[in-house]
Amino acid sequence: MSSPTTTATPRSSAIAPPARIISRRRRDNINGWAFAAPFLAFFLVFLVWPLLYGFFMSMTGKSLTGANDSLIGFANYAEALADSDMWRSLGNTLYFTVISTVPLVLVALVMAALLNVGLPAQWLWRLSYFAPYLLASTVVSLFFTWMYNPQLGLINDSLSKIGLPKVAWLNDPNVAMWAIVIATLWWTVGFNFLLYLAAMQNIPAQHYEAASLDGAGAWRQFFSITLPQLAPTTVMIVLLQVLASLKIFDQVYQMTAGGPSGSTRPVVQYIFETGFTGYRLGYSAAISYIFFGLIVIVSVLQFFIARRRSA
Amino acid sequence: MATQSLTLPVPEATAPPAKVQQPRRKFPVGKTAVTTAAAVLAVLWLIPFAWATVTAFKSETDAASPKVSWVPPSGFTVDAFAKVFQDGNIPLWTWNSLYTSAAITVITLVISALVAYALSRIDFRGKKILMTVIIASIIIPPPVLMIPLFYQMVGLRMIDTPWAIILPQVIHPAMVFVLKKFFDQIPRELEEAAVMDGATRMRIFAQIILPLSRPILAAVAIFVFISAWNNFLWPFISTNDGSILTLPVGLQTIKSAYGIQYAQNMASALLAALPLILVFLFFQRQIIKGVATTGLAGT
Repeated sequence: MSSPTTTATPRSSAIAPPARIISRRRRDNINGWAFAAPFLAFFLVFLVWPLLYGFFMSMTGKSLTGANDSLIGFANYAEALADSDMWRSLGNTLYFTVISTVPLVLVALVMAALLNVGLPAQWLWRLSYFAPYLLASTVVSLFFTWMYNPQLGLINDSLSKIGLPKVAWLNDPNVAMWAIVIATLWWTVGFNFLLYLAAMQNIPAQHYEAASLDGAGAWRQFFSITLPQLAPTTVMIVLLQVLASLKIFDQVYQMTAGGPSGSTRPVVQYIFETGFTGYRLGYSAAISYIFFGLIVIVSVLQFFIARRRSA
Repeated sequence: MATQSLTLPVPEATAPPAKVQQPRRKFPVGKTAVTTAAAVLAVLWLIPFAWATVTAFKSETDAASPKVSWVPPSGFTVDAFAKVFQDGNIPLWTWNSLYTSAAITVITLVISALVAYALSRIDFRGKKILMTVIIASIIIPPPVLMIPLFYQMVGLRMIDTPWAIILPQVIHPAMVFVLKKFFDQIPRELEEAAVMDGATRMRIFAQIILPLSRPILAAVAIFVFISAWNNFLWPFISTNDGSILTLPVGLQTIKSAYGIQYAQNMASALLAALPLILVFLFFQRQIIKGVATTGLAGT
């Protein structure tokens, strides 16, 4: 507190008495932290503390039964890095992220572009594309588990009606992840669609007027005006989508429980299982931090790619 | 929003006469193709709802029949809904979801708006560090915290209480950022008169800033409410007691309890989906605007 007072005094003494300046600064300091205090309290107790405590846990052999709290250094990390199940689940998460992000961005773009042409009854289209986003994961999983049912499901029935072979959607290790991707696409594409639609409607109409005066058709306008104008939005949507996809857990846990034979189990489920089914809290905390490290790396990478693009 | 999108076809129509013929012939074809494509997507996106609805109104025998039908042989029935209501859990879970989500939304709004105001308007020591820490924390994925948070909740004896569901969900650093950005755009002149009159910060915040921020507060509230209402992982971990389960978690238990009762499964799923869908039908414009403004919060 003393240093700002001494620097402030000589500068402003000619204008106002120093005492008032001191009190103004102090008041701002007090007010600022007072306004921040409620958020900060929750932030420290329910975010910072578990984050630090989790790191501490990852250095212990802690289990849900409370036994063995002793510090064991990085032993959990060493074990995790040699754990093929951990790598497999991490691989599943990355695989899902890659194969889900592409359709989740492209289909959203197509939906927004179609509506942006100016179809009548906008609300009806928006409702149908966006409504699934309002559902809880469990509702989505119930819907799709039922539609994917091998014998009684709507999808296999439709396939056989048009002469195609039935698919064991959630029971075939080669197909299950794609089945999850389809359900996820249906569920969350509406969110990206809304972001794209909002961005498209912010493109000034003059751009299109000028282009059509030059004789550019609808396709041409889409590729030379709409897409370039949307570039920053696309970067953001991809970034958010990748981060969201990396956290995949709900749909998989509910639809396949990670199966068949671990082919869909994502890393969050592996953390969940080592912690709550295997009772190995310390080990599970260590895997959490490896996962966190992955998220940080991906975010930083994306940030730099986005910056280079916009530069 | 609608008016803006409707202006798009206009340039085509006002194109110079020499080129009128081409777009005119092309345009209807393009419009038909666009409508068809949009309709195909809309149908695909509505099928899961339609199929769940049809199944929910079938008898269990028809639902489990290998002959898949849109119109069941023995007619539609509300048996499945009646059974689901008899079990009596869906209304309870809906209530649990409602009050926990409402509490999360209110607490989040209050604490986020307060800190956002400080970050936007007050020059206090450590403000830059605080801002940096809050923005950096956006990156922390909730699943990373689930293990230590669970252990912490056991220590606080909050497991199986509504507090376990509510308290950890009120921290939305991205929403603080959204609010701060909005407050930054409110002209400072509006506050100066109040400052001259010696109004306290709290009065300025409550009487000048908040009333001007209604749209963004609504947007944040909508976003927070939807995420709390649909959150699965944390409520799933922090509750076991059937009487305080939220809808998404309760549905998960139904799946194992009912097993192959397909009509009942679909009836439960539809009942769980209904509240937010109804709210959406009534407040479509606000919800869409809200999601669009808060959605890119990471920027």
